[in-house]
Amino acid sequence: MTDRLRDKIWPVTVILMGILAAWYVGSYSMNAPFQRDLDRRAGETPSFSEFVVKTMSQPKPTLPAPHQVAQNFFENTFLRKVTSSRSLVYHAGITLSSTLAGFAIGTVLGILIAVGIVHVTALDRSLMPWIITSQTIPILALAPMIIVVLAAVGITGLLPKALISTYLSFFPVAVGMVKGLRSPDVLHLDLMRTYNASRWETFWKLRLPASVPFLFASMKVAVAASLVGAIVGELPTGAIAGIGAKLLNGSYYSQTIDMFSALVAGSIVAALLVAAVGIVGKIVERNMGGRAA
Amino acid sequence: MSFLLRNWQSSLVLALVVMSMAFLPIISSGGVGSAFLIVLLIVAGAVGAMVLKDRIAILVLLFGAAHGAVWLLIGALSGKTGEATTSFYLLLAASWLLAWRLVTVLSSIKPKGRGVDVFLRLFIPLLFGAWLLILWEAIVRGAGIPFVLLPPPSAVAARFSNSLPILAADVNQTIFKAVLFGYVVGCGTGFLAAILADRFVFMRRGLLPIGNLVSALPIIGVAPIMVMWFGFDWQSKAAVVIIMTFFPMLVNTVTGLAAAGHMERDLMRTYASGYWQTLAKLRLPAAMPFIFNALKINSTLALIGAIVAEFFGTPVVGMGFRISTEVGRMNVDMVWAEIAVAALAGSVFYGVIALAERAVTFWHPSIRGG
Repeated sequence: MTDRLRDKIWPVTVILMGILAAWYVGSYSMNAPFQRDLDRRAGETPSFSEFVVKTMSQPKPTLPAPHQVAQNFFENTFLRKVTSSRSLVYHAGITLSSTLAGFAIGTVLGILIAVGIVHVTALDRSLMPWIITSQTIPILALAPMIIVVLAAVGITGLLPKALISTYLSFFPVAVGMVKGLRSPDVLHLDLMRTYNASRWETFWKLRLPASVPFLFASMKVAVAASLVGAIVGELPTGAIAGIGAKLLNGSYYSQTIDMFSALVAGSIVAALLVAAVGIVGKIVERNMGGRAA
Repeated sequence: MSFLLRNWQSSLVLALVVMSMAFLPIISSGGVGSAFLIVLLIVAGAVGAMVLKDRIAILVLLFGAAHGAVWLLIGALSGKTGEATTSFYLLLAASWLLAWRLVTVLSSIKPKGRGVDVFLRLFIPLLFGAWLLILWEAIVRGAGIPFVLLPPPSAVAARFSNSLPILAADVNQTIFKAVLFGYVVGCGTGFLAAILADRFVFMRRGLLPIGNLVSALPIIGVAPIMVMWFGFDWQSKAAVVIIMTFFPMLVNTVTGLAAAGHMERDLMRTYASGYWQTLAKLRLPAAMPFIFNALKINSTLALIGAIVAEFFGTPVVGMGFRISTEVGRMNVDMVWAEIAVAALAGSVFYGVIALAERAVTFWHPSIRGG
């Protein structure tokens, strides 16, 4: 335990403290010019300590101080009703629902593509290069068009955002699964042959179990990507609801504190999602009798 | 029976052609004129693929039949958008199946020479991409899908070639100013931070978990804040790109610097080489595959970052600006042209890095063995 404290927790804490200190210094120096301007107009000459406090308590600072963000985050998360449109929980929930929908579709699609690629040579030769090329395309650029065009034909709400998440999340899963389904060594494949196993049986009893660790590793990447997709997908919807909408609203009215707490909320959702996928992966692997990695 | 199953595409093609006969003509207001030729071509391709023994002959026949038929099909649509009948789609599906057969035969070739191998590696995916465009064009025009919803590729290509100056200005603003500057600075600082983290164990232990966490966060969300801080011009976009590219570079480089084996490090020790000598001569070269991996990831991230940041405000030029305004004006063909440019730029960017990787990590098994 002391090893863990010395090797991990202590350094991480020190670096985090350093970042926090730098943040305070940054918020002082970035807010100072505006505050000086305000004081000069008001004809005040505050002492240095008063001045520092003032830079940290502006309603619309250039860079809000950490405690301002924390306070705003706390108020909007715990003190508001969950159904209120000012509640971060409400916005995070909306983003989360389209993230999860897109992630689910993307994962299924990725697995299906991978199964096809592993079993059909023609698909392997023709589709695989395009899957890789598809990711060099900055697809998020498509997001506003997908949303607006689908809205023009009457499809709004969850589905368009989920589609963007799907596009971003199918790729890691497809690539990871192809790798995973091909990971059994020749020896094991030969063994299945000596058992006279059909392709179907080889798939269920050897290839699929072998691919599970790869699947969960790539699902971690995919879930983070689909959250990004959902957030960006919310930008062009006219800022109705969701973390992306909250960001856009904040940028319209220069409410930096709101923007930062929306970012914090997004980060927490991301961390929770990745952690959840990791835990499910561990449970599944343990139940399959896998070794602790 | 096994004869039919081995080449199931051809059997299905013949079935589709017979079915399509029941729904003639192929264009609701047209005669049967070109339909006869199309059916003839498709049947010839399908039967030939079953009967012929020589592989080259099969390939040539399939290629000619599939593409000739689809050419005639799309040609029959000219001026008659939205008038395709069931027969049209059945014949389209039949020619697509012929192309599938073509790819199946091509994939089963075990190339002997290196030239043939490279050719096949390029040709098969290209064929796939071409058919994606062909089906898109045929279905969009055949079904008369509204232009706003999905323009046919031919319209996008026309718009592309008509508005080259605008596209060039956007590329210059977004890629040559924001992306390149941000990419170089972001990757550079990420690399330097990684060296620093490597030099001091304490830094590494603290920075690595944080870096791993941040890599999973939706960093793109800082875009509106950066636009607020650095203004509407390219500097704010470059700032977003820097933040997005920094962490993948940091994490990958730190991992890569740990990749050199103990034996090699011990050897360097016996040579009495110092930290910097070991770094330059052993550990950095060993880390190159990881660094190039980060460079590749970052090439996409940088483009995404710059384009999305432009949604939050730009001067009246730039790829993200163009996309968001033209969507609002329902000029969907311009949006697709811009996306085609983005895709092209992304692929070229990626390709250049991949080529550089081949040149730098020529010793790596994945390149030497290929």
